[in-house]
Amino acid sequence: MEEIKKDKEIKTLEDVVTHYCPGCGHGIVHRLVADAIDRLEIREKTIGIAPIGCSVLIYNYLNVDFQEVPHGRAPAAATGIKRAQPDKVVFTYQGDGDLASIGTAEIVHAANRGENITVIFINNAVYGMTGGQMAPTTLLKQKTTTSPYGRNANIAGFPLRVCELLSSLDGVAYLERVSVSSPKNVMKAKRAIRHAFEVQLAKKGFSLVEVLSQCPMNWRMGSIDSVRWVDEVMSKTFPLKKFKDVEIS
Amino acid sequence: MGKKLLFKGNEAIAEAAIRAGCRYYFGYPITPQNEIPEYMSRRMPEIGGVFIQAESEIAAINMVFGAGGSGVRVMTTTSSPGISLMQEGISYLAGVEIPCVIVNVMRGGPGLGGILPAQSDYFQATKGGGHGDYYCIVLGPSTLQELVEVVFLAFDLADNYRNPVIILADGVIGQMMEPIEFPPEVDISKLPPKKWATTGAKGRKKIILKSLFLDPEKLENHNLHLQKKYKRMQEKEIRWEEINTKDCDLLLVAYGTAARVSKKAVAVAKERGISLGIFRPLTLYPFPYNQLKKAVENGRAKGILVVEMSLGQMIEDVKLSVEGIVPVGFYGRTGGVMLVVDEIIGKAENILKEVM
Ligand SMILES: Cc1ncc(C[n+]2csc(CCOP(=O)(O)OP(=O)(O)O)c2C)c(N)n1
Ligand code: SF4
Repeated sequence: MEEIKKDKEIKTLEDVVTHYCPGCGHGIVHRLVADAIDRLEIREKTIGIAPIGCSVLIYNYLNVDFQEVPHGRAPAAATGIKRAQPDKVVFTYQGDGDLASIGTAEIVHAANRGENITVIFINNAVYGMTGGQMAPTTLLKQKTTTSPYGRNANIAGFPLRVCELLSSLDGVAYLERVSVSSPKNVMKAKRAIRHAFEVQLAKKGFSLVEVLSQCPMNWRMGSIDSVRWVDEVMSKTFPLKKFKDVEIS
Repeated sequence: MGKKLLFKGNEAIAEAAIRAGCRYYFGYPITPQNEIPEYMSRRMPEIGGVFIQAESEIAAINMVFGAGGSGVRVMTTTSSPGISLMQEGISYLAGVEIPCVIVNVMRGGPGLGGILPAQSDYFQATKGGGHGDYYCIVLGPSTLQELVEVVFLAFDLADNYRNPVIILADGVIGQMMEPIEFPPEVDISKLPPKKWATTGAKGRKKIILKSLFLDPEKLENHNLHLQKKYKRMQEKEIRWEEINTKDCDLLLVAYGTAARVSKKAVAVAKERGISLGIFRPLTLYPFPYNQLKKAVENGRAKGILVVEMSLGQMIEDVKLSVEGIVPVGFYGRTGGVMLVVDEIIGKAENILKEVM
């Protein structure tokens, strides 16, 4: 088994104080992305695209070039970067409001073009940054600040399953849904994220890792209850699974 | 200069962009500019460039953002409704200071409007258009020769000022044919490097292209920095043309196709014993406020007639320029209806009657 690095040993991770709430999944996923970039030795040729959402400040934590673009448009900007610099590694990091609501067109078409980019998709079932409103991924009956009676399918439709949606597209090379709810799941997420970058390096096409990520703040739960909720409730609607993986030769 | 070639306006835009060093084009079909993406889809693969038909104008402008932020010369083109969709992206491009060229081959609005030529997006182009305190450089050419020269100029201005540049053309310019001579081709390898671009943090600190400043003082400073840049543009980049402005009874002010028709009106009016002059802004932002005022002060024109293919947009800048020293009248047709020379002369005569 691979050794686990200390934060300070990850070159791509900046030595700064976090702004995320205690127990938030974003910080864990940032670390996994940084670790993958380190291990693949691609820090100097990686360009990230920050979303609009709690993780807009991702560029404070990762020591790579970044572009910050309008809400939901990261896959389009990533397309522009990758087409202009095909030898660089390009990734977007997007929340579920960013990717699965306002940016649905951009993610579907980038995937369908088979853009050779990597997408790290953080599904926390709410809009974190704006104060816990309903997201397209909010579960049925889940209470949020804009679904105070619980999400009702008659009014607000159903939780959007991004991996299932994208898995029919021929341009997609790799799709996996993971979580960061336990050490074991973190290790799986770590492998998935690294693999997504490897798929890009092998020029196989579009890769996306969906991470079920806790938002204790807006779920109105403690950290422990949050990870339990991911395992016991959220992953029933969003099963952890590899949906697609082209072989890397 | 090379030899004269007969080109359609839209295709001239595309070919001029390529010769000016543009190898990246992202766009979405809309009449009356479809010849541009069609031309690019043929030519770009021949020269190792990139053409992508985006899924929307929103995606197109953000592809422009990504490529522009990578440091390459990049262009998108559209027509009025498409520009409305791009406004969010243009605001971000201006805020982050990413150079790019955006062409609006204007058609009549509002809403879906029509597909025939108009100039009714003047406000949108010259006053910002999207949210925030920002400006794009806006160029309004009136002949195809000027159009191709303006395309070269647009890429240079965009790079020099790290700012989006809008070419405000209209359906007449896009669809007409005229002989043109392209300026000498730009050697991309000789363009100054863009050290601010996100190309990977190799041997240097990371670069972050962003417009978020949570600290109000930092955001104000960023805005003040942008304003300084706009001031520099106002000092250095104003371009305009004057014809017979000194010795005329009345001055026409018009740009683009409206200026072409106005020139015709000047010739016809002369035969009828009326002396008209023309003041034609080429840069619509920055607008030649002082230059227009001086032209009025230095000539004997007793009034101004603004001619537009809209119901009166540039006229507001004309009034700001002359500050009431002469009366300012207006003639415009819109919705794709063409300007009529006799109607221009009729309006001119009316103004002259009133001031005499
Ligand atoms: C065009 C636009 N609309 C709305 C917003 C406000 N806004 C900022 S972040 C956000 C949602 C973020 O939610 P998500 O993508 O799920 O990320 P999280 O904060 O949960 O990580 C919204 C709606 C915006 N910045 N821009
Ligand atoms: S609001 Fe939620 S997603 Fe945002 S930082 Fe806090 S816990 Fe994380």
